[in-house]
Amino acid sequence: MHEMGVTQEVLAAVIEASAKAGATRINAVRLTVGELTALVPDSLMFAWECLTPGTPAEGAVLEITATPGRSLCLACGTEFDHDQFDRRCTACGGPQTEVIGGTELLVDNVDVDVPDDGTPGEE
Amino acid sequence: MEIDVSRNILARNEALAAGNRVRLADKSVFALDVLASPGAGKTTTILATIAALRERYRIAVIEGDIASRVDAEKVKEHGIPAVQINTGGACHLEADMISRAFDALPLDDLDLVIIENVGNLVCPVEFDLGQGARIVILSVPEGDDKPLKYPGIFAVAEAVLLNKVDAAGFFDFDEAAFTDSVRRLNGSAPIFRMSAKTGEGVAEWAEWLADRIEAPKGV
Repeated sequence: MHEMGVTQEVLAAVIEASAKAGATRINAVRLTVGELTALVPDSLMFAWECLTPGTPAEGAVLEITATPGRSLCLACGTEFDHDQFDRRCTACGGPQTEVIGGTELLVDNVDVDVPDDGTPGEE
Repeated sequence: MEIDVSRNILARNEALAAGNRVRLADKSVFALDVLASPGAGKTTTILATIAALRERYRIAVIEGDIASRVDAEKVKEHGIPAVQINTGGACHLEADMISRAFDALPLDDLDLVIIENVGNLVCPVEFDLGQGARIVILSVPEGDDKPLKYPGIFAVAEAVLLNKVDAAGFFDFDEAAFTDSVRRLNGSAPIFRMSAKTGEGVAEWAEWLADRIEAPKGV
């Protein structure tokens, strides 16, 4: 529901990092989005298309890697992947678990063109 | 050329929330973040909670709404300091809004700040405010299937308040199914059956909150 605001933050981070590297063009932006967040990849894509025209990231492809929910069972110590709807331990069925993954929202890296970087044709 | 960015997009909010947490610990103030859909009875529940605890604790309220001041006015009528935050369209409160609301409250003279988040079962989950505990209120008319539709909020809540149980006779609310779907998500949160309107169950919930206020003062 707040994908537009989140995408604005992503865009700002991407533009800042690219400018720092002296990039002339941003080709791709790679995000990791946990499946336990309330962020829908399709909505992020839509927000990206709405927000990037007229910015240095215009035309850049947004690549999203989804990470599953992952929890630690406080009873038996098992770490297990799970969906949004059932966080009970898959090994012992214990209900006391702690989330250890799937809530992240990270800009991992960007693929950019940099003048005279000596590595033409990398992408 | 690939540039490593490794930027956590929620980091700014998380840092501000950590700052709020330090500030609360420093003043020995407990903050409760109240999450629920519009119409679940957040304000009525907050007023009932205040009535149950105001002899023991000095309480203030932060009201989050997209627009209007009606909730803050309602709270002030009861002689409780209240700050209204209008998010202007945003679907949740963020830590910086809470930090500014704290500036407007006499934190030195408070024990408990109750934060009424924007009515929404989805977005507020993602934004830590620096609170000591988060709870979710679900009301009987909303239906027993809500944990299946909005799992995130029921997974993070430290207590679940099932409100409007006085109206249960008018609705087909399956409490066993509700409890079961909450338990799949959350093994530890107590579920309090209550009616903020009639007062049923309010004392039990208020005792839980009082225990939390007393327990980890200044972690």
